[in-house]
This record gives sequence, C-alpha cells and structure tokens, in this order.
Amino acid sequence: MEENTIICRCEDLTLADIRATIKKGFHNPQEIKRLTRCGMGPCQGSTCRELLLKEVASATGKNVGDLEMTTFRPPNKPIKVKSIMMGVE
Amino acid sequence: MKPKAEAVIIGGGVHGCSIAYHMAKKGWKNIVLLEKGTLACGATGRSVAGIRHQFGTEINIRLAKESVRRMERLEEELDYDGSIELMQKGYLMLAYSEEELDLFNCNRDLQKKIDPENLTEILTPEQAAELVPGLNLEGLYGVSYNCRDGHASPFHVTQAYADAATRLGVNIRTGVEVAEVKKEGNRVTGVVTTGGEEISTPVVIAAAGAYTKTFGEQVGLDIPVTPERHQVAVTEPLEMILGIMVISFAHGSYFKQTPHGSLLLGVGDPEHEVKDFNERPSWQFLFDMVKKTTFHWPALREANIIRQWAGLYDMTPDSQGIVGKTAVDGFYLDLGWSGHGFQLAPAIGQVMAEIVSGETPFIDVGCMCLERFERGELIPEPACV
Ligand SMILES: Cc1cc2nc3c(=O)[nH]c(=O)nc-3n(C[C@H](O)[C@H](O)[C@H](O)COP(=O)(O)OP(=O)(O)OC[C@H]3O[C@@H](n4cnc5c(N)ncnc54)[C@H](O)[C@@H]3O)c2cc1C
Ligand code: FES
Repeated sequence: MEENTIICRCEDLTLADIRATIKKGFHNPQEIKRLTRCGMGPCQGSTCRELLLKEVASATGKNVGDLEMTTFRPPNKPIKVKSIMMGVE
Repeated sequence: MKPKAEAVIIGGGVHGCSIAYHMAKKGWKNIVLLEKGTLACGATGRSVAGIRHQFGTEINIRLAKESVRRMERLEEELDYDGSIELMQKGYLMLAYSEEELDLFNCNRDLQKKIDPENLTEILTPEQAAELVPGLNLEGLYGVSYNCRDGHASPFHVTQAYADAATRLGVNIRTGVEVAEVKKEGNRVTGVVTTGGEEISTPVVIAAAGAYTKTFGEQVGLDIPVTPERHQVAVTEPLEMILGIMVISFAHGSYFKQTPHGSLLLGVGDPEHEVKDFNERPSWQFLFDMVKKTTFHWPALREANIIRQWAGLYDMTPDSQGIVGKTAVDGFYLDLGWSGHGFQLAPAIGQVMAEIVSGETPFIDVGCMCLERFERGELIPEPACV
C-alpha cells in the first residue's frame, strides 16, 4: 500500500499518519485511536478499524485477534438530536 | 531481590503523569509509574477537557490561573512533538435565577481579587446572545464569561507529560495493575501488582481516582471518595459555529465545540446516575441530554450524534480534590477532582512534587488535606457540574 493511502476516511488519516504513530511506540489500537482520532468518525471505524488492526499487527508481529479492539460506542448509526427528542416527547 | 524504586506513582491519568514529570524535573531518580490500562484511559480521556478561570473558591482560582498559564505554553515547556489542541474561545455560564447571578458576581469579584489580570465579566442575556447566536434567553438572568477559558486535548496533554517524564528517566509501565500498597509500622514499604510483582519503595503516590479508596483501606486510611458516572455525547464535526463552552449549573448541562469541529454535549445527573465503577453509557442520558441542551440552544436539534461515552467523577463530600501527605509516612494522595481535575493537573503536578520533596508548595493546598473531612472543614466549590 502507498503511504498516502487513506486509512480513515472520516478523519482524513493516511497510512503514513498511522505508521508514524506506531513508530513512536504506540502499539495498542485504543491508544492510536485516541491520539489520531482514527475510528472516531461518524462511521466509528467500520471502514478503518480492520485496516488499523492489520497495520498494527504487521508492525508488531502480533495476530489481529490478539490486539485490543477499539470500542464501538452507541448509538451505532448517527442519529439526529431531533429524532431522539421524538422519543422523549 | 525485589526491584526498588525511589517512588511509585499509581495511575497514568493526567495527574499521575504531571506528578511524574515534575518530580523527575526536581531530580528524583528511579520513579516508576504504574497504570492498569493505557495512559488517559480513566476520567482523563473521558472528560470534555474544559479549562477555565471561573471558579468560586480561592484555592481553585489560584490553581486554575496557574494551570491555564501553563497550558498556554505547555508544548514548549514539555518540548512536545504534537499539539495539545489548545483553544481559548471562552466559557459562558448561564444564570437562571437572581441568586445564581449574585453568586457569579461574587465569584468574579473573588477571581479579580486574587488575580488582577482575570478577564471574567458578567454580561446581560442580550450580550450573551451575541456570543452564542440562537441562545435561548428564556428565564436567563445573565451570564458569567471569560474569553481566556477554553479547551485542550486530554490525550495529548497527558501524553506530553508522559513523554517528558520518560525523557527524564521515569519508568512508565502501562497494563500493570497495583493490587496492594504495603506498609510496615507507619510507613509504606512498597506495592504489589496483580501479577504478583513486588516493588519496594519508601514513597507511594496514589493518583488513581476513586480506585484510590482501596489503597487507603490497605494502609488504614478512610478516603471518602465514590465514583459517579457522567456521560457525554458527541456530534459529527461541523464548521466552527460555537467557540464557547456553554454551561448551566442549574440544569447540570453543558455543550461546546472542540477544535476538531465536533460538539460535545453533556449532563451531570447526580440524583439518578449510578455510583459504582460502571462506565457504560445509557439511553436515559441521551433523552435527558437532548431535552436540556436543546432548551439552551435550539439549533442543536439538527445535529447528528455519532457516539456517546461515560466516565467516572471521583466524588468527595465537597467535590474538591484531596491532595498531599497523609498520616501514613510516605503515602501521598492526589484524587477526588470530580468534574474539574483535568485542567488543574499542571499546577497540582508541581505542588505534589514539592510536597513529596519536603518543600513548601508554591500554592498552599493545605485546605485540600484528607484530614479536613474529620475536622469538618469542607471547602465546597459552588461553580461545578
Ligand atoms: C464526563 C466527564 C467530563 C469531565 N469534564 C471535565 C472538564 O471539562 N474539565 C476538567 O478539568 N475536568 C473534567 N472532568 C474531570 C477530569 O476528567 C478528572 O478530574 C481528571 O481527569 C482526573 O485525572 P486523574 O489523573 O486524577 O484520574 P484518571 O484519569 O481517572 O486516572 C487514574 C488512573 O488510574 C488508573 N488506575 C486505577 N486503579 C489502578 C490500579 N489499581 N493500578 C494501576 N492503575 C490504576 C486508571 O486506569 C486511570 O487511568 C470530567 C470528567 C468526566 C468523567
Ligand atoms: S473511516 Fe475511520 S472513523 Fe470512519
């Protein structure tokens, strides 16, 4: 993959951004998420999470399955404040 | 032989990391910081990271003033290779009664007395609407505003302290949980991890939020602290439409925009929130939060919420920190910051380093000692959610 390949579309992060963070010694996907915002976008990482995990795995020699997953937080899909209010009223 | 440390710090939140840096800067060698998760995984990383001057107790005003100054040049001080994402566009506090407005006036007077450079001003509802277009003025008596208040990234501030501490030789170990603080006679002698590793040390500094209570029990101290869940929701990033943090103590609600563009929306609900270590978010919060925040700012109805999370306040009887020495030799505390501890970490880190070194701290935090609860000398902060 090219260094300027976009890994996280929502937060506009390239492979180079992710690799630079890993190179600084951050090998935990949760840490990388918090420092770069990778996975914090509207899709919450449905697009980028796999790519991030693979990148960490290949840099550390670990299996993807052994890495700590980033947290997927509710609500699962973006929801308009207005729509939540309809539930209240 | 057991590994030895000059000092062990428990907790890798912003406080633990700031203490580590300030102690190392003072020349302490062989400091070990133990964090059970990752750095900033506790309250620090879950906070909304507001920084402000607008407090109502003398001690917080002093600590805040000093801490904001430090945040303003933190990247330089710590030689950080990232950005702490500092944004100073102000904090607006809404008064919904005459009494609340009086209180804001008193707070402002106290802030100015302590710090002549303090910029807090009391504005009319109409002036507030100029700062926050679309603000609902219904029931509003006035606001307190300080344009130098703002925001900084909790992850990056913590990381900046941690990196600087590491460069000065601190051994920061994540994924290591402390199970027990050991004591012989009246003096701490070391810590034991859940992995069974024992580190002997004459100095233990507990900065582990509400979890610190257990360590207190182990050395025979009663630390009156309880966890209390607080929740936040975040919207998708929007153009910068609201630089200001808006907060209502009467409703326990607040909202702000981060430099990244997302809006953070929160409500503190001490009456109904769970008071244990549960950090899972709830639907009830979303309902309550949208009702309150759209009342203040109806424009929010159109925003898309993409995520919500929860974190723990570490509550003390007066919602104020517990800082300094204890009756047990070598056992020091830094916790209990409830909902305003992120911003005070720069000053407290230095204060703690001075206390642990046997010096008089540059800000007198005597009123924040553990013994105040026994003596009944509480220092309630009127300006907090
Ligand atoms: C929703 C919310 C909003 C907030 N908003 C603001 C705000 O706008 N402004 C502000 O200034 N403050 C705010 N706060 C408060 C602020 O987050 C805290 O006061 C501050 O982060 C406390 O930092 P700390 O380092 O003391 O605690 P923490 O960040 O909680 O750090 C304690 C660390 O200790 C670790 N630990 C616990 N037990 C052990 C153990 N046995 N062994 C090893 N490690 C252990 C934990 O994993 C944790 O990382 C908010 C808090 C919440 C929850
Ligand atoms: S692509 Fe990374 S959060 Fe959506």
